[in-house]
Amino acid sequence: MTDSRTTPLDDLHRALGARMVPFAGYAMPLQYPAGILAEHRHTRAAAGLFDVSHMGQVELSGPGVARWLERLVPGDIEGLAVGRVRYTVFTNEEGGILDDLMVAKLAPDHLSLVVNAACRQADIDHLSRHLDEDLTLAVHGDRALLALQGPAAAAVLARLAPECAAMGFMSVRPLDLAGAPCLVTRSGYTGEDGYEISIAADSAAMLARLLLEDARVMPVGLGARDSLRLEAGLCLYGADIDTATTPIEADLAWIIGRRRREQGGFPGAARILGQLAAGPERLRVGIRPDGRAPARAHTAITDTDGRPLGEVTSGGFSPSLDAPIAMGYVAASEARPGTQVFLDVRGRSLPARIVSLPFVAHRYHKA
Amino acid sequence: MSEVRFTSDHEWIAIDGDIGTIGITDYAQSQLGDIVYVELPDSGRALEKGEEVAVVESVKAASEVYSPVSGTVTEANAALADQPALVNVSAEEGAWFYRLRLSDPAETASLMDRAAYDAFVKGLD
Repeated sequence: MTDSRTTPLDDLHRALGARMVPFAGYAMPLQYPAGILAEHRHTRAAAGLFDVSHMGQVELSGPGVARWLERLVPGDIEGLAVGRVRYTVFTNEEGGILDDLMVAKLAPDHLSLVVNAACRQADIDHLSRHLDEDLTLAVHGDRALLALQGPAAAAVLARLAPECAAMGFMSVRPLDLAGAPCLVTRSGYTGEDGYEISIAADSAAMLARLLLEDARVMPVGLGARDSLRLEAGLCLYGADIDTATTPIEADLAWIIGRRRREQGGFPGAARILGQLAAGPERLRVGIRPDGRAPARAHTAITDTDGRPLGEVTSGGFSPSLDAPIAMGYVAASEARPGTQVFLDVRGRSLPARIVSLPFVAHRYHKA
Repeated sequence: MSEVRFTSDHEWIAIDGDIGTIGITDYAQSQLGDIVYVELPDSGRALEKGEEVAVVESVKAASEVYSPVSGTVTEANAALADQPALVNVSAEEGAWFYRLRLSDPAETASLMDRAAYDAFVKGLD
C-alpha cells in the first residue's frame, strides 16, 4: 500500500476508523466500524457520505466541444441542455466500452466529465489524441469528489444550500457550500436520490466533517458502494462492462440518443447499430439465486440441460432483499425474466432465475 | 474441559476425547466483516487435515475454511444456515461450524495453543 495515492479525506477516513484498502492506485475506505451492512442500510434509510475523489475529473471547453465529444461517445451531447448531466460511454472501433462516464454541460461549449479512476489516464490519453486544437482539456487533480446519497440527502444538503432542493435529477449547478465553491450534480451510484459534489481538495475535509455532523449522515465505504450499485442494477466498469461488451449487450441501448441512432458517427457505430437493429447475441441480465449462496463474478451460468449460457459479472448479497443477487450475461434467447438457469458454485449447480433490473427500485428525485 | 487449539488459517478446534468442534476465530470474523452465508459439510464426510471443508461469505467475498485435523464429520451447525450473522456475534462459541470424530488425535499437537495464536495474530497487525 506504500505506492497508494491518498485522497484529500485520508486523515478523516483514518480518524473515523476506516479499514483502508488499495483501489485503483488509491488508499480508499472499504468500510468504517459500522460495517458494510449497516452502511448500506443507512444509505437506503437516511444518507451516506462517500469519498469518490479517486475518480477522474476532466473539463473540456472550446467551440463545438459537445459535437466534438460525440466522435468518441454514442450519447447525444449536442442535445444535452445546459445545466444537465448525462451518462454515456467511450466506445472503441469494435463497439466495445472503453469506460463509462458522466458528462455535465456547464455552458454550450463547456463540459465537465467524471470518469473511472482505473481508466482515468487512458481516457485522458484518448481525449488528448483526438482533441481539436481549438479545444482545451483540463484535468482537475486538485479536486475532491464527495457523494451524498439517500432519501435524507436533499434535506441535509439544503441546510447548506437551499437551492439544491430544487435541482432536478441529473442536473448540475455551481453552488457555494459552507463558503467553498462547488460543482454539484444531482446524481449518484446507489439508486437513491443524492448529490455528487466536486470541491477543491483543501476544502473537502471541512465539508465532509460538516456533513457528518448531521445525525442523518453516516460515512460509507467502497464495500457498501458496491452492494448499493448492484442492487440498483448499475454497471461496474471492468466487471459488467469492458472492451469485450457493447452498450447493446450491456442493455444500455437507452444511452444512445435518437439522433445518434440515425446518424451514427461514433466509434463502433456499425456494430452497435447493427446489434440495435438485429438484437444482440447476449444480454446483461439480473439473476436471483433460489437459495442463500451468493454467486460471485465469473460463476458459469448454464441452462437446465447444463449447456453454457454465460457468466456472472457481479454477484454478492443484497442487504435490502436479504438474499443473494447477481448480474451477468446470458444468451439473448434465455434473457427473459423468469427463465430458469443454473449457477456453477463450487462444483454444485444451484438453481436461479433471470429477473429484470434493478433489484431495488430507483428512488431518484422527480421534479 | 475441552482443549482448544488454533490454525494459522484462523480456525479453532475444541477437543473432547476423540470429538473435535471447529469454527473460525473472532479475529477471522472481524476481518471478514458482515457474514451473510456459511456453507457447511454433510455428516459422514471424511476429511483430510487441511482439506477445504466449508465456505464463509461476507458481503464482499467468499473465504474457504480448512479442516484443522483429519476425521469424519458427525454434525454441522444448522443454526448457521438461517443465521450466518451469528458468526459475527459468537465466532468462538455458538457459531461453531461442524463436529468431527478425529481419525488421528496426534495431529492436534502441531496446532497453536491460545497464547501462541494470540501472538500470531498480534504479528499480523
